[in-house]
Amino acid sequence: MSSGTPPARARTLGSFAAILVVAGAGVGAFAYAAGWLTPDRLTPARMLAALDGPKGPALGHRRNHAKGICFTGIFAASGEGREITRASVLASGQYPVVGRFNLGTTEPDSPDATVRVRGMGLQITAPDGAVWRMAMIDPPFFPVATPRAFYDLQVASHSTERGAMPAFIAQHPEFRAFAEWAGSAPWTGSYAETGFNSLDSFVFTDTQGYDHPVRWSLLPDATVTALTQAQLAAMGPDHLEQEIRARVAAAPQSWRMVVTLADPIDQTADPSKAWPEDRRRMEVGTLIVQRIEAERDGPCRDINFDPTVLPDGMSVSDDPFPAARSAAYARSYNLRAAEVRDYPYQRAAATEASR
Amino acid sequence: MTRSFTAWQRLLHWAMAIAILGMLFIGVGMVSTIAPSYLPLIATHRTLGIVILVLAVVRLGLRWRYGAPPLPVSMPIPMRLAAHLSPYAFYALMLGMPLIGWAMMSAAAYPIVLLGHIRLPPILPQSDALHTLLWKAHVYLAFAFFALVVMHVAAALYHALVRRDGVFETMASVRADRAAAE
Ligand code: HEM
Ligand code: HEM
Repeated sequence: MSSGTPPARARTLGSFAAILVVAGAGVGAFAYAAGWLTPDRLTPARMLAALDGPKGPALGHRRNHAKGICFTGIFAASGEGREITRASVLASGQYPVVGRFNLGTTEPDSPDATVRVRGMGLQITAPDGAVWRMAMIDPPFFPVATPRAFYDLQVASHSTERGAMPAFIAQHPEFRAFAEWAGSAPWTGSYAETGFNSLDSFVFTDTQGYDHPVRWSLLPDATVTALTQAQLAAMGPDHLEQEIRARVAAAPQSWRMVVTLADPIDQTADPSKAWPEDRRRMEVGTLIVQRIEAERDGPCRDINFDPTVLPDGMSVSDDPFPAARSAAYARSYNLRAAEVRDYPYQRAAATEASR
Repeated sequence: MTRSFTAWQRLLHWAMAIAILGMLFIGVGMVSTIAPSYLPLIATHRTLGIVILVLAVVRLGLRWRYGAPPLPVSMPIPMRLAAHLSPYAFYALMLGMPLIGWAMMSAAAYPIVLLGHIRLPPILPQSDALHTLLWKAHVYLAFAFFALVVMHVAAALYHALVRRDGVFETMASVRADRAAAE
């Protein structure tokens, strides 16, 4: 090294400065990419914190839809869906499924009648190994139009400030339709009498390469008996799980999967807006639930029903929710899988035994 | 200096340098967003990560076959030590990070799909404990990898700008032949 003469020393200093600048710029860019310099960025971690609320999460459980029960069975595809998608799961045939009936609550011990939204996680596996996962709920539309609004809703609903919810609703008028549904739609006493909707829009691609924007629903074959919330409450806090266990033990339960095709004028980006009733529908298959298992030792607990796990022939649309959900569900999965020690296996097993 | 890395070694080095930096930025970017770009980012992350795994194997073969140019005798012992050890760290991470990513997704029972339709088989059964271990390893090793890259760049620039001992040129020369930039 020749740092003896003053100009050479100056050059060396300059070189060290240049190296520092390069390294510093690299670290700064990395920090920016990681979101450390932009605390406003809506990250999966912030989304989950908003869902948790001030009480914090139920460790070991899903960060939303925490109460649920596993099922297995088959999906009997009619083959009709092949007209709009090349996905092998919709080719005529019978494919194994694993799924989960659940309640839209962050608390696994919530009494059934306190939870307005019911959900279903479902995975269908085609013989060639392609997997289709989905997570659907029973309202006919989503409460809010954007993931950011979903975050705002969690913050407002946990807020102790007076007027937080009214202010939220004023900013998100689409929420009124949901509130009205929640207040007026009848309840039912069984998961088997509940229909489940994708709400989000996806794109099916047929064998010729044409795209078909779609939504889908699982419509129950069981006769639906409307109940009031009070009637459901009177049946006990865990009625839905007990009922579906007994019901499926007596006979398999089924749902028809109906795919709705968008008209070119229908928007696909906003799940808070239902499409008109008269859109073309296709019955692509039947879900047959054959066996119920408790979540704690069932096959569904350790699956992430990420709605972006799609087979070839299906993809996301311009609806921003599936991506946001995928990011949030992955983090929820990472956390709960790391918290299995907190998952109350022992406690639940003990209470079950003493029943 | 008498020779540099072979043209193939240099090409792989720079292609992988870009890919690995890309992977590190995509990685920390994707886990901190819920925007629609999350999906293409993670899809790219999986595919590019497996490409890096394949290239790392090829590169290891080339390194084994052709070796590396000798270091200048003028280099002090601690620097020589660092220069001898760092390739081990790089190869361990270039092979380890993709394998951990693949194993982590296997342990979570996710399908591992590249380019939208190529499905890789799981390399582990579903397991919460393994998933957790691999997830933490993927995250911490990623940060270690980034730190290593930053130090590596700083060291390379130190050779190029301060020491001017030809070490930088053994990897940076664009000449096709193996003879040295002196
Ligand atoms: C940005 C909006 C949303 C966020 C942040 C969110 C968040 C979550 C989280 C964190 C979980 C737990 C995932 C796990 O640990 O496996 C979950 C589960 C679930 N979500 Fe969402 N969700 C959103 C939108 C939706 C929408 C639009 C639907 C339905 C159309 C939905 C239906 C469900 C269902 C059915 C489950 C339970 C799936 C299962 O049984 O594993 N969510 N949600
Ligand atoms: C050279 C190869 C790789 C590098 C440098 C790399 C780097 C990273 C980084 C920096 C993160 C973000 C960590 C965090 O801040 O949480 C990450 C996350 C992740 N990587 Fe990789 N990765 C590599 C290969 C792979 C491969 C091959 C796969 C899968 C096939 C993979 C799957 C994932 C997944 C799923 C995550 C998200 C983890 C989470 O849910 O938090 N990675 N990776």
